[in-house]
Amino acid sequence: MKMPTNDLEGAPVECLPLTRPPVPLFSLRPLAGILLRQVYLYRRSIPRWMEIFYWPLLDLLVWGFLTLYLRQGVLPGTTAAQALLGGLLLWDMLYRSQQGISVVFLEEIWSRNLYNLMVAPVTPYHIIAGAMMTGILKIALSSGTAILLAYLLFSYSLFSLGLSLIPFVLCLVIMGWALGIMTTALILRFGQEAEVLAWGVIFLFQPVSAVFNPVSVLPDGFRQIAFFVPASHVFEGMRQVLSGRGFSWPQLGWALVFDLLYVAGSLFLFSRVLKRARKVGFSLKLGS
Amino acid sequence: MSDGHVLVARQLTKRFSPDRPPAVDGISLEVSRGEVLSIVGPNGAGKSTLLQMLLGILTPDSGTVRIFGVDIIRHRRRVAHLINYASTDLSLPYSLSVRENLEVFALVYNLPQPGQAVSEMMERFSLEPLAKTKVGRLSTGQIARLSLAKALISRPEILFLDEPTATLDPEASAEVRQLLLEQVRKERLGLVYTSHNMREVERLSDRILLIESGKSVACGTRDALYGLFDCDNLEAVFIRSVNQARQDRRRDENADK
Ligand SMILES: Nc1ncnc2c1ncn2[C@@H]1O[C@H](COP(=O)(O)OP(=O)(O)OP(=O)(O)O)[C@@H](O)[C@H]1O
Ligand SMILES: [Mg+2]
Repeated sequence: MKMPTNDLEGAPVECLPLTRPPVPLFSLRPLAGILLRQVYLYRRSIPRWMEIFYWPLLDLLVWGFLTLYLRQGVLPGTTAAQALLGGLLLWDMLYRSQQGISVVFLEEIWSRNLYNLMVAPVTPYHIIAGAMMTGILKIALSSGTAILLAYLLFSYSLFSLGLSLIPFVLCLVIMGWALGIMTTALILRFGQEAEVLAWGVIFLFQPVSAVFNPVSVLPDGFRQIAFFVPASHVFEGMRQVLSGRGFSWPQLGWALVFDLLYVAGSLFLFSRVLKRARKVGFSLKLGS
Repeated sequence: MSDGHVLVARQLTKRFSPDRPPAVDGISLEVSRGEVLSIVGPNGAGKSTLLQMLLGILTPDSGTVRIFGVDIIRHRRRVAHLINYASTDLSLPYSLSVRENLEVFALVYNLPQPGQAVSEMMERFSLEPLAKTKVGRLSTGQIARLSLAKALISRPEILFLDEPTATLDPEASAEVRQLLLEQVRKERLGLVYTSHNMREVERLSDRILLIESGKSVACGTRDALYGLFDCDNLEAVFIRSVNQARQDRRRDENADK
């Protein structure tokens, strides 16, 4: 059988001239289109507006409080570097722990896989438990590296905190889990809009966590709030150990009490969000 | 064909917003072992919404869904291992390879021999050449095939598919059809699926449920529907029944005013 072929093959082919000129490289309208897309996006998005003001404000608070503290001179018996580096290394564990959970859910949402898991014979709490384990592995790797580098580069050993390091880390990891579950709930509730929270929410707690400065230098109001934040008790405890005043059991007790309250609260929020999602429908196309 | 129902749904109703008509409105259906039930209807008729309620993921405003006698809305966990689902609206983790994805789901479904189950599915869906390819690099049709492999890996008793062949070429959809029919005949799988491909629905279904605006328009075998609407193909049945349903609805609305 002979297939029909292109009759023009071999013959010279003429093309029509351009019917309209191309878009000039420096024309403004396409640029305006790109800008308009962002304007439309921001017009409806509260989380995105928050972000514009959020970071500078929180950075200002954290570094401002640190300045207040430095003006008073450093802790007796320790160096400023020790308190700062210790704070930084421990803070990172809290951050990783929260991220661990939020990112696991985000990955499922991004790859449009959450629904497959919802159908499967696992509960969302299985996913959370899996995320907690992933989080611990991530912390072990990232903090392990950071602790080693701090030792090699700055001769600072986090292990100078001794055995008290164990309860401190535990309290921070648990607080991270609670915040991770909470952000996940908000992401499931508000959709992609709330994704920025996964990276931002933890910094809301930084100024009242007394990471780099004692609670005592915080202004009124902040000081009261700090009491309800498990991390502030951990960092206070850390500075107490560093200054040679020993381990504080009350601090650990408060940290644990608030940790448990945070976890309970975030699980409650999460279960409410799930129930609501079952009513109004998970967005199937979430994340696509 | 019927040796007891594996799925019985009664009077399912779901309204997403008070100022819009219900997405699903009083639909009842049942599925037997080894039976294929197709759900057919115009875009936005409520097919996907109905499937989600049958899967126990969306809580209906009223009505019940029983799978092997278990109320799936209240006790999903008891029967979740017996059902599975694939939809063109879903995907699988992009950065995992085809084989890795199946491995994950073999574990999630608590299969006793995960490795063997994965190999079987890879073979049945001709996925071996793609074993190491990441999902993000697959074509839409290849993802559809992988999703079906994921849906069958747990050897479900009831399979729910939302437009499984929508993105497949004619040859691939014929293959998938063949695979599904085999599974239905051999394993006595109950299959509930939606499609806009009327020729495929004609070939695959034991019974067809026609819905329009969330309401059941007709339900029966292909030939029963042909007779009911005096047509000789499903496309004609679809157009005639949907138009008729719309006219009836408008007449009722006007009568109400
Ligand atoms: N989560 C939701 N929230 C609000 N409305 C929804 C939601 N899901 C579906 N709807 C609405 O319910 C109706 C039915 O939608 P559904 O997705 O079930 O239709 P469908 O029959 O699957 O359509 P298609 O053939 O296009 O897939 C539509 O009007 C849709 O807009
Ligand atoms: Mg649909």
